[in-house]
Amino acid sequence: MTAVAEVAYTRSRPSAAQMARWAISDALVMTRRNLLVWMRVPAYIVFTVVQPVIFVLLFRYVFGGAIHAPGSGGYVDYLMPGIIGQTAAFATFATAIALAQEATKGVIDRFRAMPMARSAVLAGRLLADSIRMLIVILVIIGVGYAVGFRFQNGVVGAVGMVALAEAFGIAVCAVSAFVGLAIKDEESVQAFGLIWIFPLTFVSSAFVPIATMPGWLQVFANNQPVTLVINAMRSMALGGPQFPLNPALWESVLWLAGTLIVFIPLAVRSYRRVG
Amino acid sequence: MADVNTAYAIEVAGLHKSFGKVHALRGIDFAVPRGSVLGMLGPNGAGKTTAVRVLTTLLRPDSGRVVVEGYDVVRDAAAVRRRIGLAGQATAIQLELTGRENLEIMGRLNHMERRSVRGRAAELLERFDIADAADRPAKTYSGGMQRRLDLAASLIAEPSVLFLDEPTTGLDPYGRLGMWAILRELVDRGTTLLLTTQYLDEADELANTVVVVDRGEIIASGTPNQLKDQVGGDLLEFTVPDRGRLDDALHAVVGLSDAAPTVETDARRVKVPVGNRGSTALIEAVRRLDAAGVETENLALHRPSLDDVFLAVTGHAAEASPDGVAKVGAPS
Repeated sequence: MTAVAEVAYTRSRPSAAQMARWAISDALVMTRRNLLVWMRVPAYIVFTVVQPVIFVLLFRYVFGGAIHAPGSGGYVDYLMPGIIGQTAAFATFATAIALAQEATKGVIDRFRAMPMARSAVLAGRLLADSIRMLIVILVIIGVGYAVGFRFQNGVVGAVGMVALAEAFGIAVCAVSAFVGLAIKDEESVQAFGLIWIFPLTFVSSAFVPIATMPGWLQVFANNQPVTLVINAMRSMALGGPQFPLNPALWESVLWLAGTLIVFIPLAVRSYRRVG
Repeated sequence: MADVNTAYAIEVAGLHKSFGKVHALRGIDFAVPRGSVLGMLGPNGAGKTTAVRVLTTLLRPDSGRVVVEGYDVVRDAAAVRRRIGLAGQATAIQLELTGRENLEIMGRLNHMERRSVRGRAAELLERFDIADAADRPAKTYSGGMQRRLDLAASLIAEPSVLFLDEPTTGLDPYGRLGMWAILRELVDRGTTLLLTTQYLDEADELANTVVVVDRGEIIASGTPNQLKDQVGGDLLEFTVPDRGRLDDALHAVVGLSDAAPTVETDARRVKVPVGNRGSTALIEAVRRLDAAGVETENLALHRPSLDDVFLAVTGHAAEASPDGVAKVGAPS
């Protein structure tokens, strides 16, 4: 407790600016680490890309003929924003599983005993997953173009649609991060993911017009967030009077903001409690 | 508050930690001098891992004071983290990445400069005998190599205190010997080491001081030799092939030491606790048995193992693990 020791102690405490620089650098290092892992496992890349491609082909060619879609571009134009939204939601399985694995394997413990920023594991995971998601979305758009899909509303609309899909994906990733860290068991996490992601994506406007569903189901489908997001995406991609932008867009933005405000702190809290 | 003049790298006083109704630690006290090795020995569930988790800032203690390199683990957790390394049973290695990538990422997360990380990673890969495999994915490594890589990762930022939670659990004998050699070298370079182990020979081999932990309490502590003296020192032991001469043999060795000899009649074995005068007692025993004309087999002097220590202080048996290495276990 000498004065000399006090000085040494004060000097060893980094400034707020230094802490912020480290937080950013740590998050980027973790992002790079997570993306490297993805790129090193060819099977992993193939599955994350091939699965949505199969959905595109399945709905375009198998179910599509039986589904009468509104709008001038036919079913493939109606379908693609839905598939892209669904892909963003499904991508979050990987987020939850990876975090659950790291929590159970003790990796997160090791990170927490290091001077790295507390935020880096979650931030690096969300950043890496959104980059991965963007790559997959661009591949699907390419496949969509090959099977007849066309953006009808210009470049700004197309970019807006991708941006909203990303924002949607990040919000669902935040939920998944919380679930993964809270449950911490890979298989339970996967099963739980199916329980909430499947109904939300399928009982929505992603694949079929909601008007074809029974009345009681329409009440849910019309008002749940995935429908709102996909309606807004569809409007940005296709334009036209059948697909009005609002209120779907601002309602989506409210939902996404609300989800992030609730689930980011929950994920951070369960990260702190790991182990 | 930093007190850089302390001779101790780790000071623990009155440490308590409970999880609900389970009292994992019930008042632990010890101190580890700079540059020495503390072995924390105990069975599964004794509280070793909980202690390490508190000492490495992962768990908050319920009460008590823990100071590492002069910094309180609760109030100055960040300062503690900059000075310690942790490697455990679970590895932090990302198996898809190469050994070099793993080390460089850990270095960057320890806020080292990119250039110094590169040099340090190369040095550790060389020193830990991973250089040839440095650019292969870690999943192609043997168990021993993965463990060495994991240890290298915890050393990347040159911590002055290293915590190892069961560093050789699951390794084959060759891997254990390799790990021991590396740890001895680290200590020679001045690193303070705290290791937990279930293996008696490991604590004996590496530690300057051993604390024996059972049910959240330290039940014995000292140098390995002090602990052995605590259970009565050396033991002279022999068998008599001719059962009829057992009594003669016993008479011959009575008075070799203050303690009375014991006889296991069925095994025809005689045991004489001889304290710290082992060699003298051995020569004397040979002379007396020879004079009495008693034939003996397997006459030998045994240093008590930490197994015996554990048995003496806890009443628990020490049991053999499946790989044949003696370790301490709870009674079954």
